[in-house]
Amino acid sequence: MAFLHATGTKAKGGLKRKSLIPYFLLLPGLIWLVFFFLLPILTLISTSTKTPGLGIGEFDQTYRFANYWDAIVNSHSQFIRSFEYATIATILALVIAYPLAYAIAFKSGRWKNTLLVLVVAPFFTSFILRTIAWKQILGSQGIVYKLLTDLHIISTQTHLTASPLAVVAGLTYNFLPFMTLPLYSSLERIDPRTLEAAGDLYANVITTFRKVTLPLSMPGVVAGTLLTFIPAAGDYVNADILGNPDTKMIGNVINARYLQIVDYPTAAALSFTLMIVILVMVMIYIKKAGTEELV
Amino acid sequence: MMTASSKDFSIPPGTSDLVSTPFSRRALLAGAGGLGAAALLGTGFETESAQAAGGSVRWANWSLYLDYDNKTKKYPTLEAFIKKTGISAKYFEVIDDNDSFTAKVQPQLKLKKDIGYDVVTMTEWMAARWLASGFVQKFDDAAVPNKKNVLPFLLNRPFDPGRHYSLPWAGIIAGFAWNKKKTPKGIHTIEQLFAKENKGKIEVLSEMRDTIGLVMLWQGTDISKPFTEDKFMNAVDYVTKMIHDGFIRQIKGQSYQEDLISGDATAVIGWSGDINQLNLQNQNQFGFAVPESGGTFSTDNLMIPSTSTNKKAAEALINYYYDPLVAAKVANYITYICPVNGAREAMAKVNPKQVNNTLIFPDDKMWANLKVFRGLTPTEQLKFSTAFQKASGNG
Repeated sequence: MAFLHATGTKAKGGLKRKSLIPYFLLLPGLIWLVFFFLLPILTLISTSTKTPGLGIGEFDQTYRFANYWDAIVNSHSQFIRSFEYATIATILALVIAYPLAYAIAFKSGRWKNTLLVLVVAPFFTSFILRTIAWKQILGSQGIVYKLLTDLHIISTQTHLTASPLAVVAGLTYNFLPFMTLPLYSSLERIDPRTLEAAGDLYANVITTFRKVTLPLSMPGVVAGTLLTFIPAAGDYVNADILGNPDTKMIGNVINARYLQIVDYPTAAALSFTLMIVILVMVMIYIKKAGTEELV
Repeated sequence: MMTASSKDFSIPPGTSDLVSTPFSRRALLAGAGGLGAAALLGTGFETESAQAAGGSVRWANWSLYLDYDNKTKKYPTLEAFIKKTGISAKYFEVIDDNDSFTAKVQPQLKLKKDIGYDVVTMTEWMAARWLASGFVQKFDDAAVPNKKNVLPFLLNRPFDPGRHYSLPWAGIIAGFAWNKKKTPKGIHTIEQLFAKENKGKIEVLSEMRDTIGLVMLWQGTDISKPFTEDKFMNAVDYVTKMIHDGFIRQIKGQSYQEDLISGDATAVIGWSGDINQLNLQNQNQFGFAVPESGGTFSTDNLMIPSTSTNKKAAEALINYYYDPLVAAKVANYITYICPVNGAREAMAKVNPKQVNNTLIFPDDKMWANLKVFRGLTPTEQLKFSTAFQKASGNG
């Protein structure tokens, strides 16, 4: 925006010609959006009202909007579950990531870069492998299970994998860096002198955090929670690998409709509904959180 | 059709000649790797088309479905084929279940774009759908002379009479498998599968016809004959209940094997040959049995997709695997029902212990206990698979 503004005012003489430049610069992004967002969305919407034809994967456009109603009625439990799991994972990630980001931003000294690399390091492994790793960690042969059963905290009849616990753990872990990095970047930008000023004004540690640090880090909190919640709500890998049939999320339903039953209309209707629901939730959230500047 | 009797397994006079000469057979046994062996094989049973084909062929198959040498990390029979024909054959273990594989490649098949495979292996019901959708190419019968070795009762399946588009790769039995340490007595009935001791450690197949089929057989429905929707839904309801009561841990494709090995699953509905191979690699830890109430039988079928870029090479590859000796070597490893006449005789040379293995060469008693899931209309297919996916938690 700053750039747009600058060109606009500076070049009074050739205003008409020069003011086109920003639009040219926007062009690649716009073309990208048209081809990889707008057109797919339109295809998705058009698919969502079709009905099955004769062959595998053949569908006829019949404008059957009831597909939406059927899809939502059939899959409402997975919808609700997705938002439950995503909310729990987001809260857990926030609780884990905030102290971590705080420590890296204010207390890490010369270890700052090393710690940041460690936060990002899991990204060097495939998402699928990281999820399968949780199967090993929580599996019947894993140390967590052995320890808990040896201590008689859980009985050998129970299992940790194929459970809601495992799915939420996987979600939390997989999206943790998306929470940590925005938090870090907004905490890191806080001027330490504001904290000193709070102290000078007789605020204790807790008040300083409540009145200064937390409000100033809000853009990071909002960005982090969004970056965790949105992909977590649509995720199906964690539920697929770490869950059981009763922990399936909406992503699993969409996946099964596309790739098992080959029922594209229902899958499209569910995808579009999911998108709208997330969009509405995010808009309400941003409005409540009251922050326009996200990072 | 599954009233197949021992007659199907008798060797018509002259068939035994199809087994290659004792000399080349021994050479094969000595290890297909040797150059000398390859040269000898070349004279053994090379066909015109194989010589003419050349190029490369890409084969999509299920895991644990071709003889594999752990030391060389290669597939001996496939290596022998490459040496013999000069066709570079690439093997991909990419199929985990019929639905997901088909769903992935069908858009390209419809657009007539190369799906990346010249040979695919689909279970009969899905093979039928490929045929109906025009996704496969007709064999040039002259290029697949070994077709005559296929067991007669498998040559005339309703979905492909005369077998012009598909050939059976192996016969599969779905039944119960268990961890011998956890279940020393074994599992022979649905009640034993869903016993309290197995709660939360049971996995069933995502292949609807197998999982629901076994339950229906147990509920007294003959799945090979016409049955009502109610009968099917009763079985789905039973599976749903077992899921909600926490007995069934997951519904999986062939990847149930990983959980058997890790111990996360101790009792499963699985496929016969898988268990035998798992045992080879895991100290004989697992048992397998056909349910007393009956097991499901089907075949996996080799087909050439309509988009194949080298049909000739694909035909050469398919033809090669219907040589009884090659078939015996494969069967010895995969331990699924061998569809090739004369393979049992050849097995005596490959591994005498397997000659009487009823999972490879079923006897009358075994056949009597196996049923094939009847064909479904497209409407039934959509309705039934939707119900099954719903039971699986996929709405």
